[in-house]
Amino acid sequence: MDQQLLSLLIAVPLVGAALVALAGPGAVRSMRAIALTASLAVFAVALRIAALFDSSTGEFQFTEQAAWIPQMGVTWSLGLDGISLLLVLLTVFLTPLVVLNSASSIDKRQKGYLVNVLLLESAMLGTLVATDVLVFYVFWELMLVPMFLLIGIWGGRRRVYASMKFVLFTMVGSLPMLVALVWLGLAHAGATGTPSYAMTDLYDLELTRSAQAWCFAAMALSFAIKVPMWPLHTWLPDAHVEAPTGGSVILAGVLLKMGTYGFLRLAMPICPDVLGAAMPIIGALAVVGIIYGALVAMVQPDMKKLVAYSSVSHLGFVMLGLSSLNVVGVEGAVYQMISHGISTGALFLLVGVLYERRHTRLIADFGGLWRQVPLYAFFLLVVTLSSIGLPGLNGFVGEFLILLGTFKASPVLAILASSGVVLGAVYMLWMFQRVMFGEVDKAENREISDLNRRELVILVPLLALIVLMGVYPRPFLETMEASVELTLERAGITPVETAPAEVSR
Amino acid sequence: MVSAESWLRWIPLLPLLGAVLHVAVGYRVGRRATGVLACSVVGVSFLLALRAFSALVSAPEGAVLADDVYRWIAVAGFNIDVRLVLDSLSVVMCLVITGVGFLIHVYSTGYMAHDDDYARFFAYLNLFTSAMLVLVMADNLVLMFVGWEGVGLCSYLLIGFWYTDTAKASAGKKAFVVNRVGDAAFVLGTFLLFWALAPGASELGASDLGASSLRFADINAAAPGLSPGLVTAAALLLFVGATGKSAQIPLFVWLPDAMAGPTPVSALIHAATMVTAGVYMVARLNGLFEAAPAAMTVIAWVGAITALMAATVGVVQNDIKKVLAYSTVSQLGYMFMALGVGAFGAAVFHVMTHAFFKGLLFLGAGSVIHALHEEQDIREMGGLRAKTPVTWATFAVATLAIAGVPGLAGFFSKDAILAATFAGGHYGLWLIGLAGAALTAFYMTRLLRLVFFDSFRGDRERGEQAHESPRSMTIPLIVLAVLSVAGGYLGVPHALGGHDALGSFLAPSVSSAAHAGHALQLSMAVEWLLMLVSTTVVLGSMGFAWKLYAAGPDADVVVRGALGRAWQWMASAWRVDEAYERLLVRPIGRGAGFLWKSVDLGLIDRFADGVAMTAGVLAETWRRWNSGSVQHYALSLLAGALALVAAVLLGGGG
Repeated sequence: MDQQLLSLLIAVPLVGAALVALAGPGAVRSMRAIALTASLAVFAVALRIAALFDSSTGEFQFTEQAAWIPQMGVTWSLGLDGISLLLVLLTVFLTPLVVLNSASSIDKRQKGYLVNVLLLESAMLGTLVATDVLVFYVFWELMLVPMFLLIGIWGGRRRVYASMKFVLFTMVGSLPMLVALVWLGLAHAGATGTPSYAMTDLYDLELTRSAQAWCFAAMALSFAIKVPMWPLHTWLPDAHVEAPTGGSVILAGVLLKMGTYGFLRLAMPICPDVLGAAMPIIGALAVVGIIYGALVAMVQPDMKKLVAYSSVSHLGFVMLGLSSLNVVGVEGAVYQMISHGISTGALFLLVGVLYERRHTRLIADFGGLWRQVPLYAFFLLVVTLSSIGLPGLNGFVGEFLILLGTFKASPVLAILASSGVVLGAVYMLWMFQRVMFGEVDKAENREISDLNRRELVILVPLLALIVLMGVYPRPFLETMEASVELTLERAGITPVETAPAEVSR
Repeated sequence: MVSAESWLRWIPLLPLLGAVLHVAVGYRVGRRATGVLACSVVGVSFLLALRAFSALVSAPEGAVLADDVYRWIAVAGFNIDVRLVLDSLSVVMCLVITGVGFLIHVYSTGYMAHDDDYARFFAYLNLFTSAMLVLVMADNLVLMFVGWEGVGLCSYLLIGFWYTDTAKASAGKKAFVVNRVGDAAFVLGTFLLFWALAPGASELGASDLGASSLRFADINAAAPGLSPGLVTAAALLLFVGATGKSAQIPLFVWLPDAMAGPTPVSALIHAATMVTAGVYMVARLNGLFEAAPAAMTVIAWVGAITALMAATVGVVQNDIKKVLAYSTVSQLGYMFMALGVGAFGAAVFHVMTHAFFKGLLFLGAGSVIHALHEEQDIREMGGLRAKTPVTWATFAVATLAIAGVPGLAGFFSKDAILAATFAGGHYGLWLIGLAGAALTAFYMTRLLRLVFFDSFRGDRERGEQAHESPRSMTIPLIVLAVLSVAGGYLGVPHALGGHDALGSFLAPSVSSAAHAGHALQLSMAVEWLLMLVSTTVVLGSMGFAWKLYAAGPDADVVVRGALGRAWQWMASAWRVDEAYERLLVRPIGRGAGFLWKSVDLGLIDRFADGVAMTAGVLAETWRRWNSGSVQHYALSLLAGALALVAAVLLGGGG
């Protein structure tokens, strides 16, 4: 069994989806029970993987290989390193919460919803553990379909526009990427005589600088849209506003990280020679995104849109960390990916709680809620503080390491980006103030009830991780360190140059 | 020299535990239990701090107690540890924080007795104490930053404690955001030091506990060897952080607004402890700052100008807490002036005495406000001497102390600062300091007279109901009044036959030559002369204010007339707030709106929609032409395939 854990990881949600689909109509509770069991089973598989994981090496572990399209050299290759492990854990952690949340947030076609969530989980996990670029691509595209349906069917009023926009933006990016990936396999054939799409083979490929430039551009476009980097971000606010709560949680929690993950997994190690030229540009765009996202978040009247733009800003930090090309900045970036998944997932869930009670997300419709819902207020406060990077909570560690790494690479970018830290406090605290503080001046808000037990079951684990990742980040950092170092080595950066080696020895 | 003491962690942990308990069970256990818990955790922390103090006093000079709690962040070979240290500098701070903190906790049990959110209040207050202790006990910059932002958070929560009032909530947010500006600079300074020290850190010699990055001891030791430009930049960035937390020009604007919080909060956080964090940080990093003379000059002048500027504003305030708030800004300015001339010990001495008398002044103000049912306008007060005798007596002691009347704490600490300034040859700074002292004596006398003397001017019913506060509030007042006198005798200068006990205790921790040096350079005669001058100025100013305000608040008209146009500027706090509003806040708000409506929706989205529409039209044409049911996706696939072929052809050739 332990030999095929990664296939199992992908298969269990599929089986779960099939079982949910087979459930009789109307048996909503049992469907949800099946989906929950399936997602918890995936969680258990992931924990098993984590327990067996060896963090001393950055190479792919739990590797599996089977022929798929031998004529083209495509193999069903799976594997995982510390970076993908953390993202896998994030995915399997959030999915059960989304399943649980569907009980209150979804009021039609429960079965379809649950099936889609599980299909999406499978596709995300597949993307994360694929070590053949075409397998990666297939899963990458497969993620689109359930997400498209989640927004398009269970979304809000403008769901059709939002889901189309989501798909079109993403498609624009993924086609050039496909071209680049196929070309890479052929280039491998040109160099060695046999075509191969295995990532490890492509890492070793000697490509001309211009070929790397083209490949990098093609992949970067696709990944940058997914992140999303400024100015390719405008699909995100619409997608978030229209998506159901669970869709937003997955979208912000995991899907966006597929973009940053793509940079780390493919674009950077395959095209090392152009990073010196490309990463400063990416870093600059990231800083624009940080500040731009924060400013626009500040003036949003809708809570979900505010959180969406805050994601543009936070993912800007992730990209900035990657652009630093040193261990400190990149580890910070990976940390921030996980941390943002937790915090923003929690934020969307909390916004959803209010939406379910009041059927509005406009900040102006609230005010003075603290006295009404003190427990909710407590959770929202902690998550808000996590989002603005208060030391002691999860957001700080990533942000600090990113800025520290960036400072080495480019002090100017670090200085500019640090303004995002100030603006982050402005928009989050202002939102918190307008929702929670003041008098309850609207009669409807007097009826709002505090968190119920199911909501607590969903939120408490998130809160626990927010604190844990802030107070004791070392296990997470240790898990990724060797992998980040190897990735950077593949990207042509030797750790000696970047790490403040020998400091502590 | 370093002795491992694993109980040190309980000093910050106990108040943290208190905070957690208040949140968890505070609403069930009742007020009495909450109050007892809140006070006792801080009380026990104080006892532990005392234990550490006595250990340090009996230990050889330069001894350090340390507690390695755990390794917090470890990346690529550098580590940030949760490591607490107590040396003479941090133990003095700890004693002030837990000692004055304990008194203010006790006072709060009376002051907040009728508040609905009793447990929440003490949760914040305990949490604050814990964060403040982490700040001063941290052995590295990053852990200090945890406390640094932690106290900022508690300040935010406590200023906006009465959150139903949006103005109060906004004041809290303003405090947090302005502090964040400083914090950003603090972090950038940290980064600068980190990368500067990283390659050479091994040369410093690994310490016995496993070296970790950004430790104060390492930074102080390495600073003289770094390039002067870098050290100056780092010092200035950290100082910008200090101007945020310690309310100096240009980031002082949040502190007056912070008075929206409950008065015990103003006493504890916005007078006695948190606002001195910047002073402490500079003193902690004395080796770094000494290596950056240009930065020191900036600090001294920013401090001096802040001291004077804020004192002028204090003269024209009518809200009892606002007078004290500007006074705090001004006194903090003195401390920075002291730091800037290298008199770290004198700065810390003033931190301590200021904690006593300014804490007392705020608590006294709280007692007055309590007695008059939330009245804060001093024009509506008067004659409270008879109604609130304890408050009056203790307030008077504090007034004399802050004014610098000989024999009280403020006299000694302020004199130490002025003497050090003069001894360093900074006559301009000395003169500014003297002018500030005159203004301080003036506005404090005005305050004392308008509140406690003559006859009551406010609402008659209020005046009749005025009463002395309960003992839970008056006892802390009395203790602080004693300290406001006695505290000064810890630092009696040699010129007056003293031994400057505090100075010598602190010396190993702030071991710059300047501290011990300058004070000794002054001859006995000069030092006596300086004291005589400042005492004359202070007493003269007090006498003048006393006579002037015999006429009651109407005397303000005289002041206003005498000041002319300057009065407007003083009344509006030199229009700094207004300038921020006009030059930063509003433009940023407008810019953000523009980015959203015009760039995001107007430009990027329109472009994207346009592309999509064009694609749609093309697809439609294609579909008709092909008479099949070809969709976007197929079209795209085809385009992709074409591109693929093209790429293979081109790429294969190259």
